[in-house]
Amino acid sequence: MTLATATDLGAVTDLATATNEHLANISNTLIYSAMAVYTLAFFAYIAEWIFGSRSKVARTAAALTATEKAKTPAVTVKSAGGTAVLERPKVVTRSAAGARDVPDGPGAHGGDEQGDLYGRIAVSLTALAWAVETAGVLARALSVQRAPWGNMYEFSITFSTVAVAVYLVMLALKKNIRWLGLPLVASVLLDLGLAVTVLYTASDQLVPALHSYWLYIHVSTAILCGAVFYVGAVGTLMYLFKDSYENKLATGGQPGRFATSVMERLPSSASLDKFSYRVNAAVFPLWTFTIIAGAIWAGDAWGRYWGWDPKETWAFITWVAYACYLHARATAGWKGRKAAYIALIAFACFLFNYYGVNIFVSGKHSYAGV
Amino acid sequence: MSTTDTDTGTGRTKDPAAAKRHIGVSADGELGEAGSQLSTAPVDTAVPGSFGGSRAPGALGWLTWTGREVVGWARWFWRQLTSMRVALILLFLLSLGAIPGSLIPQSGTDAQKVAAFKDAHSILGPVYDKLGLFHVYSSVWFSAIYILLFVSLIGCIIPRTWQFVGQLRGRPPGAPKRLNRLPAYATWRTAAEPEQVREAALEILKRRRFRAHIEKDAVAAEKGYLRETGNLLFHIALIVMLVAFAWGQLFKSEGNKLIVEGDGFSNTISQYDDFKSGNLFSTDDLTPFSFNLKKFTGTYERTGPNKGTPRTYQADITYSVGAYGKKKKTTVKVNEPLKIGDSKVYLTAHGYAPVVTVRDGKGNVVYHDAVPMLPLDSNVTSQGAIKVMDGYKNAQGTTEQLGFSAFFVPTFAGAGKGDMFSQFPALDFPVLALSGFHGSLGVDAGIPQNVYQLDTSKMKQFKDAKGNIVKARLLPGETMKLPNGAGSITFDKGIEEWANFQVTQQPGSDWALVGAFTAIFGLAGSLFIQRRRVWVRATTGADGVTVVEMAGLGRSESAKLPEELGDLAALVHEQAPTKIDDPQVVPAEGAEN
Ligand code: HEM
Repeated sequence: MTLATATDLGAVTDLATATNEHLANISNTLIYSAMAVYTLAFFAYIAEWIFGSRSKVARTAAALTATEKAKTPAVTVKSAGGTAVLERPKVVTRSAAGARDVPDGPGAHGGDEQGDLYGRIAVSLTALAWAVETAGVLARALSVQRAPWGNMYEFSITFSTVAVAVYLVMLALKKNIRWLGLPLVASVLLDLGLAVTVLYTASDQLVPALHSYWLYIHVSTAILCGAVFYVGAVGTLMYLFKDSYENKLATGGQPGRFATSVMERLPSSASLDKFSYRVNAAVFPLWTFTIIAGAIWAGDAWGRYWGWDPKETWAFITWVAYACYLHARATAGWKGRKAAYIALIAFACFLFNYYGVNIFVSGKHSYAGV
Repeated sequence: MSTTDTDTGTGRTKDPAAAKRHIGVSADGELGEAGSQLSTAPVDTAVPGSFGGSRAPGALGWLTWTGREVVGWARWFWRQLTSMRVALILLFLLSLGAIPGSLIPQSGTDAQKVAAFKDAHSILGPVYDKLGLFHVYSSVWFSAIYILLFVSLIGCIIPRTWQFVGQLRGRPPGAPKRLNRLPAYATWRTAAEPEQVREAALEILKRRRFRAHIEKDAVAAEKGYLRETGNLLFHIALIVMLVAFAWGQLFKSEGNKLIVEGDGFSNTISQYDDFKSGNLFSTDDLTPFSFNLKKFTGTYERTGPNKGTPRTYQADITYSVGAYGKKKKTTVKVNEPLKIGDSKVYLTAHGYAPVVTVRDGKGNVVYHDAVPMLPLDSNVTSQGAIKVMDGYKNAQGTTEQLGFSAFFVPTFAGAGKGDMFSQFPALDFPVLALSGFHGSLGVDAGIPQNVYQLDTSKMKQFKDAKGNIVKARLLPGETMKLPNGAGSITFDKGIEEWANFQVTQQPGSDWALVGAFTAIFGLAGSLFIQRRRVWVRATTGADGVTVVEMAGLGRSESAKLPEELGDLAALVHEQAPTKIDDPQVVPAEGAEN
């Protein structure tokens, strides 16, 4: 036996098998429960969109035509409110030239109280489902006595848990991203659905953990990066939609009622663009670190720190693609939509690395089962 | 999230003027000097065309014209190569070019797969071969992409560094004429004298670690130079990493050596079982050291879902550095190589080496050795060959060679349980299955032979009187007799273990690591630090009252900028409060004057 497989030195303890199976069953039950709660959250988000008001429709059009007429960029006055103005001079902000001055939409609820209530319920349910899912992941980790990413099933449940955690943390930091709830929960349900049906691996068939703390660092940061890149990619996608919508309005087009209703509630394309840029740029150094940690570990385990293994290659491709995106943002003529397409390609590379490479390409990183 | 952003516009820059505009400068063009140099990103200005100009008549005219033309085009080409757009395209090509290598088998990692692929695809195979697709990462076209990228990178970094040094030595540009055109702006009227306001603002800005100075009627200040420093550092670190990587590839070496417990190894090429090295490697580069394998220890999970999984793999060795170095003891484990100088000694494989004794018809020992066996599965079912090259004479007294094909299992399923598949990787119930051959081993033909297999083309299998093949499954201590007084083979007690060591030497990996971490820090500085300018103008208005104006400009419009300007304005305002009896504003309580 070559020790390439024998690097699989498990930190397995002598816990009785029965305990492990018991914990694994608990974990499965928790994951299924989390899916049920996510489904409820999903419906609550839908309700938020449906019952949310459409009264704010045409804000964008109004704003766009207003600037058209005035030919001068709108000036927004930041009033610090009441007497504060006297203690602090007012700061007048003015958007960069060439930028469309479109106000951010009010969010999925559209300023409607009932819609907002549903939205709050949805967020609470998401938080609850997340807590249950986290417990499921922890139970799974305890049952196999190692980090919960030994195969694609475990990877998928951990990945979606972290993605939801990123969303909840951003909400807690008062970022304007409640609009992300519906797409996020939809993809989490898809991810978990695939995990429990196609990718499920019983806990007793597992390849034991690989034995190096660099590997722990490497995989955990990779999962975190993936979750944040996901959030960035959804932002980019929304930006593309909203930008088309604004373009249509600006050129005198008449978008459909459904498009109007949805788009009017999202933040402005400029805000979405800025949001996804910040998210992607913020994790890029961490992604760089992830690759380096992987290389250090590979150096210890396989005797070379870089060997163009398919997984390494795709991590590199993803990295270069995101570097491309950051460059594009700094290059005249490539900003905006073109840069957004690059960001989406980069995220596709990331996804392919996690799903495609494991399934279609064989290499040292392939898991035993799937 | 404290990142900055390069712009906030939707970025559709359809008008060519906007495309040429320097990043961060407002479209009005009124900012002039003030908005320039907020970054050192190159601006794409190179335009092709006739560089030669008008040609004077005669040969000399033609010569000077050609000279101008050549220089012009060369400069144009260089500008193109070092422009952001080309860097972008090259980066894109690099990631695109890396893809085939991950999908098509590569001879560097798996030569057998490449051979199989070529057999299976009679048309595609040669085409791929021509295109270098079986060794993408060392192919001409892939090298061309990254070499161009790094030429571009160097061509980009050098002027940017100069420019940045210039910016560091210079002073922040003076205030633009109309401050209210800037992204963040504040103004008020105060009773304080203009000089007083400027002095106060200068102090406040300096305390906030702005680089500030007074120019004419305004204070000009700038902060966040670390952004540019980080960015340059990052790109330089990329070069360091590439050079380190290339260096490692050229000078690396990698060899394998299988060692049975008790045996030793010294680091010279002739001792390796196989050896690969980079183009510029020379044998003198091998680090001189030697080691002995004292003992290999493998323990395995006995129960539970992970039964049979290795729990420890370790080789206890003694080693000495240099020709006469002191002997030191150490343990090599998976993931924990032994480092000696530039070399690393990895434990990469392990198996068993049953000890056998072969005797001739007269009972003389003709062979006694530990025979390493090749593991076939995770329970270490192993295969091997015992080759008695010389010293053996058969019953008739003629010299012959003997060969035994062998299967070994450390844990036999039990008598009557059939096949030779091991049930567990540890030595619980070792069994050695043998069948013998005699004749010529074919080792003299000069072709290297697989040590784990017999070439039986010139050999005859031992058969008993009835014509049945002679074979046996032996327990330790048991002997198999060969027919017609041909001798015997004994499976001795005391089975040895072997370990395979990979010795790699890759100079420059420390540099790669230093480069990598520098890159991360540079990147963080480049992405998280915002470079911005603040101006404070204090002038005496037409009515004799001092007017204070403050404005901020960033590389980009960021939510942080107005906030920061607000804070600064509040501080300046404390020193130069709003004039109370001013008709334009409501009196503030507590304000002096
Ligand atoms: C090896 C290939 C390269 C990689 C991986 C790379 C990566 C990056 C990354 C990740 C950034 C983002 C940091 C930031 O926005 O501040 C960046 C910025 C930048 N890169 Fe590169 N780069 C490469 C080659 C080049 C080349 C060849 C040039 C010159 C033409 C260049 C010029 C720049 C400039 C000017 C910026 C800063 C843009 C700004 O100020 O926002 N890079 N690079």
